[in-house]
Amino acid sequence: MRYSAFKVIWNGLGGNRGWKPVWRNPQPRSRYDVIIIGGGGHGLATAYYLAKKYGVTNVAVLERGYLGGGNVGRNTTVVRANYMLDGNSQFYSHSLKLWETLAQELNYNVMLSQRGCLMLAHSDGQMDAMARRGNMIHMQGDDAELWEAATVRRHLPYLDFDNARFPIRGGLMQWRAGTARHDAVAWGFARGADRLGVDLIQNCAVTGFHIRNGRVLGVETTRGTIAADKVGMTVAGRSSEVGQMAGLRLPIESHVLQAFVTEGLKPLIDTVVSFGMGHFYISQSDKGGLVYGGDLDGYNSYAQRGNLPMVEHVAEAGMALMPMLGKARMLRSWGGIMDMTMDGSPIIDKTPIEGLYFNGGWCYGGFKAVPGSGDVFAHLIATGRSHEVAEKYRIDRFQTGDLIDEEGTGATPNLH
Amino acid sequence: MRINCPLCGARDSREFHYRGSAKLIDRPLPEQGRAAMFDYVYIRDNPAGVTRELWHHRNGCRAWLVVARDTTSHKILSVELAADRGRVRS
Repeated sequence: MRYSAFKVIWNGLGGNRGWKPVWRNPQPRSRYDVIIIGGGGHGLATAYYLAKKYGVTNVAVLERGYLGGGNVGRNTTVVRANYMLDGNSQFYSHSLKLWETLAQELNYNVMLSQRGCLMLAHSDGQMDAMARRGNMIHMQGDDAELWEAATVRRHLPYLDFDNARFPIRGGLMQWRAGTARHDAVAWGFARGADRLGVDLIQNCAVTGFHIRNGRVLGVETTRGTIAADKVGMTVAGRSSEVGQMAGLRLPIESHVLQAFVTEGLKPLIDTVVSFGMGHFYISQSDKGGLVYGGDLDGYNSYAQRGNLPMVEHVAEAGMALMPMLGKARMLRSWGGIMDMTMDGSPIIDKTPIEGLYFNGGWCYGGFKAVPGSGDVFAHLIATGRSHEVAEKYRIDRFQTGDLIDEEGTGATPNLH
Repeated sequence: MRINCPLCGARDSREFHYRGSAKLIDRPLPEQGRAAMFDYVYIRDNPAGVTRELWHHRNGCRAWLVVARDTTSHKILSVELAADRGRVRS
């Protein structure tokens, strides 16, 4: 069923009994052309673009739990393209452009709200760095405005400008950045892929790979053996675990990142703000909750939950930036497992095993990358060549020295 | 999390700095070649389960510790002084 305003009204008049499930729940077949492991945002987007752009429709997405139950449902929904380094710059720019037409492309409201994203600067040095970053963003063809303190004050008067330790000197605004409805992105891609003939198979965990003479032949799952010519991994958070089944040794650590939401409040923060000193960022959801997050807990974890010291730290950072936050009651906190690579940038590449493709290492940046990642990964799987905006995301860049270290912190995954 | 420092007793994890996998103790020698050094710097086993890792009691006795911890539950299974591990090796 194609969605439209007319359908909403028509079904509303009929007591909303006319809606149908938007994807099938098929039994896995014994063979597919392509298997995608992981039914999160990246996997579903990959399957969608494989079918839509490359006509590869004999595709299965294997999901251990339920569709969109991992990080695509656990993130803080920020979409932006304010990266600086060659490699990241063109990729996130590409992804943001796909975001802008995604609702029309999928005929599904992903609720993209281009409300802007402001990165604050707290020293003259940081202002210089912001100016440089802004110029680089212009060169990649995206928008950025360097704001002096007075401009920030006009837009966000409630920040603590004269904080003794971290006074606000200005910031870098990207207006085309913003937020989107995270679940809707997964559901939209799932519906789109299903309509094009992709089998979305839930409750189907991959337990091993069939590899012979350096070539992947299929996967072993909790629902039987499934053969495939090509297998793509999109299991960020669990890349090491799944990769190990295929004998891959990866430059990745899994860490826990917590996120928080307050009770619903009246409209208050009309953009995304990030604190340049405390690694704290915040936006307001359409329901009214203030959604915010900060640093990783710092130690390797697969637990999908963090500990209280980071809850306290993030709350402190929030209060330092925005003292009024102290009046809001925190409703929930949760954790997601981040695939932290050794340089803080993702990997989208072939592997040494023929027919096995890797997409992972998304660190903090997975959500905004969903459409771009799906598009370029589908390109890689269908054509065997990297998409031009993702050709720096090589799996061997750690050996060749072509790192993409946006934070400049070196091989310390917990600091990216 | 509380970490049972062999010198100071059970202390809040906020007193400690996390360094990463305990494999970092075993830095390869130059004659072992580039592949060994690449593996040491960049590759991690990253297990979902028990892992051995380095914690530094930065705001305490400043000893480096080797902690065995379950990454799926955050449960700490054992703590020993990294210096003792080093002596066993040499």
